[in-house]
Amino acid sequence: MSAKAYSVIGTRPIRHDGADKVTGRALYGADFTAAGLLHGAILRSPHAHARIKRIDISRALAYPGVKAVITSADFPEAAERTVDMGEGDTPLSYARGNVLAIDKALYRGHAVAAVAAASLHVAEEAAALIEVEYEPLGCVLTAPEAMLETAPQLHEGKSNLASQFQHVLGDAAKGFAEADVVVEREFNTATVHQGYIEPHNATALWNNDGRVHIWCSTQGSFVVRDCTAIILDIPVSQVKVTPMEIGGGFGGKIPVYLEPVAALLSKKTGRPVKIVMTRKDCFEATGPTPGSFMRVKIGAMKDGRITAAQAYLAFEAGAYPGAMVGPAGMTVFAAYDIPNAVIDGFDVVVNKPSTAAYRAPGAPNAAFATESVIDELAQKLGIDPLEFRLKNAAKEGTRRVDGPKFRRIGCVEVLEAMKNHPHYSAPLGGPNRGRGVAIGFWFNVGLQSSATLNVNADGTVNLVEGSTDIGGTRTSIAMQAAEVLGIPVADVNPSVVDTDTVGFTAVTGGSRTTFATGWAAYEAAQDVVRQMKERAAKLWEIDATAVSFDAGVFTSGERKLTFKELADRLPATGGPIVGRATVNPPGVGGSFAGNIVDVEVDPETGKTSILRFTAVQDVGKAIHPSYVEGQIQGGSVQGIGWALNEEYYMGADGTMMNSSFLDYRMPTALDLPMIDTCIVEVANPGHPFGVRGVGEANIVPPTPAIANAIQRATGVRMTRLPMSPPAIMEALWRESSSQRSSGN
Amino acid sequence: MPSQTHVTTTINGEPVQFLCEPRQSLLECLRDILGMTGTKEGCNDGNCGACTVVFDGRIVTSCLVLGVEAQGKEISTIEGIARGNRLHPLQQAFLENAALQCGICTPGFIVAAKALLDQEREPSEERIRFWLANNLCRCTGYDKIVRAVEQAAAVSKQEAAR
Amino acid sequence: MKWFDYECPRTVEAAVGLLSAPGRKVRALAGGTDLLVQLRAGRREADLVVDIKEIRELNELRLDSTGLTIGAAVPCYRIYNDPAIARAYPGLIDAVSLIGGTQIQGRASLGGNLANAAPSADAVPVLIALGARCLMAGPAGARSLAVEDFCVAPGRNALAPGELLVSIHIAAPASGSGAAYLRFIPRNEMDIAVVGAGASVVLDGNVFAEARIALASVAPTPLFAAQAGDSLIGKPVGEASINAAAEIAKAAAKPITDMRGTAEYRRHLCGVMTRRALTRAIARAKETN
Ligand SMILES: Cc1cc2nc3c(=O)[nH]c(=O)nc-3n(C[C@H](O)[C@H](O)[C@H](O)COP(=O)(O)OP(=O)(O)OC[C@H]3O[C@@H](n4cnc5c(N)ncnc54)[C@H](O)[C@@H]3O)c2cc1C
Ligand code: FES
Ligand code: FES
Repeated sequence: MSAKAYSVIGTRPIRHDGADKVTGRALYGADFTAAGLLHGAILRSPHAHARIKRIDISRALAYPGVKAVITSADFPEAAERTVDMGEGDTPLSYARGNVLAIDKALYRGHAVAAVAAASLHVAEEAAALIEVEYEPLGCVLTAPEAMLETAPQLHEGKSNLASQFQHVLGDAAKGFAEADVVVEREFNTATVHQGYIEPHNATALWNNDGRVHIWCSTQGSFVVRDCTAIILDIPVSQVKVTPMEIGGGFGGKIPVYLEPVAALLSKKTGRPVKIVMTRKDCFEATGPTPGSFMRVKIGAMKDGRITAAQAYLAFEAGAYPGAMVGPAGMTVFAAYDIPNAVIDGFDVVVNKPSTAAYRAPGAPNAAFATESVIDELAQKLGIDPLEFRLKNAAKEGTRRVDGPKFRRIGCVEVLEAMKNHPHYSAPLGGPNRGRGVAIGFWFNVGLQSSATLNVNADGTVNLVEGSTDIGGTRTSIAMQAAEVLGIPVADVNPSVVDTDTVGFTAVTGGSRTTFATGWAAYEAAQDVVRQMKERAAKLWEIDATAVSFDAGVFTSGERKLTFKELADRLPATGGPIVGRATVNPPGVGGSFAGNIVDVEVDPETGKTSILRFTAVQDVGKAIHPSYVEGQIQGGSVQGIGWALNEEYYMGADGTMMNSSFLDYRMPTALDLPMIDTCIVEVANPGHPFGVRGVGEANIVPPTPAIANAIQRATGVRMTRLPMSPPAIMEALWRESSSQRSSGN
Repeated sequence: MPSQTHVTTTINGEPVQFLCEPRQSLLECLRDILGMTGTKEGCNDGNCGACTVVFDGRIVTSCLVLGVEAQGKEISTIEGIARGNRLHPLQQAFLENAALQCGICTPGFIVAAKALLDQEREPSEERIRFWLANNLCRCTGYDKIVRAVEQAAAVSKQEAAR
Repeated sequence: MKWFDYECPRTVEAAVGLLSAPGRKVRALAGGTDLLVQLRAGRREADLVVDIKEIRELNELRLDSTGLTIGAAVPCYRIYNDPAIARAYPGLIDAVSLIGGTQIQGRASLGGNLANAAPSADAVPVLIALGARCLMAGPAGARSLAVEDFCVAPGRNALAPGELLVSIHIAAPASGSGAAYLRFIPRNEMDIAVVGAGASVVLDGNVFAEARIALASVAPTPLFAAQAGDSLIGKPVGEASINAAAEIAKAAAKPITDMRGTAEYRRHLCGVMTRRALTRAIARAKETN
């Protein structure tokens, strides 16, 4: 299948939106403006947990330049019910409550009220004049604490343990009894943020005809449309969302925060209202990815065969239920063929911002635990860590603990590529250095997408789609249409349009865009070809079935017309051609990624330097290899940041102490080497070009790979993220004092 | 309400005048008053470099410059980088190397990298990484950005040799 | 950000006049890399901001037989871009080339670094180690103060109301002298010192003739560890004397636990960074000998 020669797929064209983006012309959400624009500012809770007893907006309202002030009391009256916010069912009061607090503030930074004014500075000044009487309540910040009987309860009458699940395969007790070596460890990971550079933003106009128009930076314009309609209790047909260019999301720009607020302010003022978050707001009040407590136990026989595994996963959901513990349970042991296993998952609410997706959500936490234990087992058994993984690697037909059986996957191929990579056998070249490996899995998603293709008389086509482009997807989607039509990709002109103008398209997320919207473009192109064949048939006065099409040329016997020539004849043969397709593809293929990483740890400071980093990933088929490499490099570096320094450093009162880029410490260019990529292509049988998602699996292996490298460099096993210099130093001290006391 | 200040300055070689409040940053003035939205805001506290402009010959974060400070100064922004209809070698190199994903950091990186190449012909990888450490990119992991700058340096050198 | 007025005086006198405006909250503005961040976050207040960058004396950067005069508003890049200064004061260059990143260094001044009086200010330890003095002008006239006496509490300096820091003066380097500044940060740039150490030594052959050590981020103000430096005087250069000085520096530190590190970790780093800074300063001293 992948042996087929393509003319467009696998090439590296310059992206269609490139000129706009290198000249500063591309318009992102915050760049939008409109006549009469007002600016909004949000008042946020200074308490991590407090009852809101009274809100007095009178002084703010009287402030010169202020046009409106709202609180959650301004939501239209609606009965409590269960609503689908795109990621499962939640009560309406939760959906609304995270946008503007209802009765209680559940995390520091929780939006309490909002102001619209003639300028941003005036709006901010006025917001500070809103008087809120809080009754501070005790706060709880970690899952194990929140699960205690004595813990303060976030949602009255409801346990902080919002839900739990168990997956069982075989008989774990029996499996552990058979094992020669069992390793069990506990792990903690801190809350981390996606860290997109562009803050959240939204502009809304509640028009005089009752229609709401929203311009914003989002991963899913239809999600914004549907969620805003639900929260404001209006029909979706009343909401139109125009997605602006988006400055990164990584899962964090799926939920709505500002859109309903801007809309309500616009309703009150009759003018467009724009709200842009500050960086501090992004950290304190948008969804980071959960912190977690995990316990993982794995047993193996002397020959290296894993006999049993067990995982306990307690994830912090933040203020409202919905931690990404489900995906953690689906991925925690997915790389291995394990006959007996138990996985327990717990979704726990705590007084932190409501968590959201972040690149393979849940999987990096889980992999940190599993891959660390796997590494230790390999060491105990005296087996090479890649050999140990290969011996137990999941393959086609392997049953995952949570149920599904794998179709064709590339786990073994990724491990083989790692083993054969020159990096794996290169000398380390110095003291205090170590090399670590790890692998990770992400299942990817399919979901609905739509696309239309309008054929122009000059033989070019306009591609209309609804997937916001965060990393070159206009081009990777256009390439799939171009491949089918046999035309250069430059002749496909892609546009990402608003929700009134294209069929429903799910979020740019779950590594689905090139896979699913690409598939829609593929199908739309097939539709074009079918219709064009009919036109050729008409011209040649034959049956359409007698026309064949290959490499951009329609033929029947001696007669032939290129795509371009035939396009020129469309007006005369019945008018324009529009190809359409909607898909909801089932054939999504999971992706495996692996890392080889060399580190050096300064034994005096505990600081880790990444010396060399190789990232291997099975991508199915790389449509645009440069952007595939880019995804792998970007995910790897986010993983490196997660491993080494990033964390929500929380004060006991629930204040995030480091809510700035200065103190949150994402990697800079100077903290990194080049990130070598190695693309493995095990075609996904579920996609016409073999595509698997590529966006996420790459963030899964870095944290354990680095932990394993640090272990080899220092002898200490880090079980807590981040593995920051003070954390490593303390671990080194503990190690040396325990060695002293044991007389070694 | 206290009155606004009149500022006369030069942006991308053109004389420009505007009215602003003293508390408004140069970034706000460029974006909200002058409609020059190519310069981006990522943090508003000097850490991300998305708002980088050249201010009197040096790159600065425009979120930490007051608009009133622009009086009598020369400013260059991303909008002034292309040579008429032709992209600057750095812009071209960013495209050819896929050195942008979401692109929000790109204007800041291009303005900063151009300042480096304007003063140094052949910066080493280490030098490029050091110079660009005030610019955050969350999408690319920097690999392709560094390569794009290296390529642009090579192209500029060839052009100069011609 | 709250409303403020803006003035841009051309002379020290005019600036002092504005800074002394009765009943107003006035702040000097140099590079703004501390001030604007703090005003925006509500951590400082001002109703008048006085831009001091157009004043000649504050922009002066002069190397002569008396030493180096650095106008308080001179941004970092001008200091490290001057080859003669870079040769004479490599320890100072260590500090000014690691404050912020390239863009921040295009604006950030030594005067601002000092006047902001953060315990973590990176330029201050090396200025203390070099025995630098602050020259100030105010309603009561001009005066000067040793840098180690300039910062009095976190965020508070020794300037009297209406007083302006005009410049910083560092004596000409003695022969056989060397200085260095090193800090520990988790990233490699764009970070606030967990611990910083500045050291300056004068060697007489293989014996310390003079030594001064100062530390960042281990006390409420940049810390002059006088005893640590004094302990070296008259001692031969070597591991023993260096380690002993590092231990004294460690004992002088009064670190706290915060998001940048625990007190214990910081105290440990004091020893490490002092040793490393001394070692580098000594190597430089030997080069100039
Ligand atoms: C992204 C970023 C990174 C940073 N990294 C570092 C770092 O690595 N190390 C470090 O030490 N600092 C760092 N800083 C802080 C800051 O850049 C430095 O402290 C800088 O030296 C301040 O100088 P400035 O000219 O910008 O001061 P300003 O902000 O202009 O002034 C600072 C304070 O001093 C007062 N002031 C200034 N000049 C005078 C004067 N002549 N007389 C009286 N008062 C005066 C001002 O009123 C204000 O209160 C960083 C800041 C940012 C935004
Ligand atoms: S917006 Fe200015 S540095 Fe981030
Ligand atoms: S390309 Fe998205 S932040 Fe750099």
